[in-house]
Amino acid sequence: MKYIDEYRDPAVARALIGEIRRVVRNRWTLMEICGGQTHAIVRYGIDTLLPEMLTLVHGPGCPVCVTSIRMIDKACTLARREEVIFTTFGDMIRVPGSMQDLAAVKAGGGDVRIVYSPLDAVRLAEQNPGSHVVFFAVGFETTAPANGRAVQYAAAKGLKNFSILCAHVLVPPALRLILSAPGNCIQGLLAAGHVCTVMGYEEYIPIAERFHVPIVVTGFEPVDILLGILECVRMLEGKRFAVHNSYTRSVRREGNPAARRVLDEVFEPCDRVWRGIGHIPASGLRLRKRYERFDAEQRFDLADVRSQESPLCRAGEILQGKRKPLECPAFGGACTPDRPLGAPMVSAEGACAAYYRYRRAG
Amino acid sequence: MTQKLLETLFFRVFDNPILARRHDGAVLETGAKRLAFTTDSYVVDPLFFPGGDIGELAVYGTVNDLAVCGAEPRWISAGFIIEEGLPMEVLARVAASMRRAADRAGVSIVTGDTKVVPRGRGDGIFINTAGVGIVPEGVEIDPAGARPGDVVIINGPIADHGIAIMALREGLDFETPVVSDTAPLHTLAAAVLQTCPTTRVLRDPTRGGVASALNEIARASSVGIVLDETSVPVRDAVRGACEILGFDPLYVANEGKLIVIAPGDAAGKIVERMRELPEGRESCAIGMVTSEHPGTVVMRTLIGGTRIVDMMSGEQLPRIC
Repeated sequence: MKYIDEYRDPAVARALIGEIRRVVRNRWTLMEICGGQTHAIVRYGIDTLLPEMLTLVHGPGCPVCVTSIRMIDKACTLARREEVIFTTFGDMIRVPGSMQDLAAVKAGGGDVRIVYSPLDAVRLAEQNPGSHVVFFAVGFETTAPANGRAVQYAAAKGLKNFSILCAHVLVPPALRLILSAPGNCIQGLLAAGHVCTVMGYEEYIPIAERFHVPIVVTGFEPVDILLGILECVRMLEGKRFAVHNSYTRSVRREGNPAARRVLDEVFEPCDRVWRGIGHIPASGLRLRKRYERFDAEQRFDLADVRSQESPLCRAGEILQGKRKPLECPAFGGACTPDRPLGAPMVSAEGACAAYYRYRRAG
Repeated sequence: MTQKLLETLFFRVFDNPILARRHDGAVLETGAKRLAFTTDSYVVDPLFFPGGDIGELAVYGTVNDLAVCGAEPRWISAGFIIEEGLPMEVLARVAASMRRAADRAGVSIVTGDTKVVPRGRGDGIFINTAGVGIVPEGVEIDPAGARPGDVVIINGPIADHGIAIMALREGLDFETPVVSDTAPLHTLAAAVLQTCPTTRVLRDPTRGGVASALNEIARASSVGIVLDETSVPVRDAVRGACEILGFDPLYVANEGKLIVIAPGDAAGKIVERMRELPEGRESCAIGMVTSEHPGTVVMRTLIGGTRIVDMMSGEQLPRIC
């Protein structure tokens, strides 16, 4: 398959692994930010092929995992309302809230529907004028432009029965938090290619300089990831702390101007609570004043929703790279994809789910 | 209403001497033969899809369950749960399709049942089929029969059925349309058994896909299975759809695939024989049975790494980005 097979080519991958072995001289710990990269690494066994001097730790870039439990509880509360059709991407359905997940709300009679695009949710609102359609707007800078576009579209159509439950988060504030934490062991970063496709990589330059970490914009196929690792190791061995783009087929320095315009027009930064990590200032996006009427939290009273996280779940440490899934006492026992305690065990991008699927016996 | 349906439709379309007795169940003459007996229910949405329909699926699904017991499928039952308001033409099309499928598979639909449920209480039509087949002398197919050194063979590209259904449901278009692989496997299974009477396991990897079927075999036989990612056939359009939706083709349903596990020295001969038949043209070996990691299926990845291929837990959900 074009544009995929080239980046899964075994010969190219072997050559890159050989080059990484040749270049590496010291022990290094790298973090891949995005959960999509974590899955590719574990799925293709990339970590098993690297020299033992390199350690990969898994970052917070799983949008499903970092959406706060209170947001999940709010989603369930909305989905239980008689007049609401609650729409969401598939991954969110099984993420545990305090008491229930959206799948349980659906089984209990709530109208919960999986959509593939936020525009499908807008269309649903047009087709069901008697109902109120809420779309669960989760994700990083990657999904925010399309969700923003859906809000613009609903505004242009004058829809009064559409809103979003906005849980968007931003990558750079979380990186600053992780890198400035006491005892941080991360020495190099693989930045998430999809996020940079939208945002470009200029905002990573000050992070690389301030924290003395090389940052390599990296794609998602095995060859992309190996290229990212190689470049990161080269910079570490050469003591260069800069930003390098090794995902040039998708990422420009300035990102995607059209998508950034939508982001800027519809959203503004806000503080956000990250599941397992906590409150991070200016790490989220909320709707700007002029689009406030499309904010489900303004339309419905959700202030009373109270949430309680499972005390057994170590998701926070896993999302910050402090612990690997196999080191969690609940992993595979109290916590499995069928009965997850935390979101990383559910999501298609969650580190725990990746280890459960591909690495359990290891 | 039910009686009228039987008179005007099912008895006429499925006409044969045993059904004509109009008994509550079919009484079968068996003598000293070994029988295989199976049942399955079909609730597919949409009812008609590229490459098949619910009627054909209901017949071939049960035929295949018999075939993978090593049996010659012979008799099938059909139970219909019909939602009030389902157009008569739709029901007639489904019945005609079942008849065609039964004729192709060499089975007769010898007994049945019809229930009508109020509108909103069903999804058009649900079908249950049960089947009985005769197991030839000397054939010993045992899900716990896989042995180290055996080879894992499949009769062609995987995941066509699940993706064809998903694509239709979600309105995905492909340059080359993905068509369900719905097909009867009894001829192919018989040819395999003829070529290699000591074939260990036959399995049709339907719901849960190839990964779940192989996990069941690995656990039942207490052996490990090693798949080779480069050998597992997946059509480009199916791979593309899986990439978009975030699905793993190993977990997507098939309706015309046969997994054969047979002694290593017979594998070449079996693949050759399978390729002579239309439903086996794209047969190939995809992995090996080993004494290592018993109960676990492992994949050697494209780039030479390894990973576990686990049982599917829950259902695959389309991903966010």
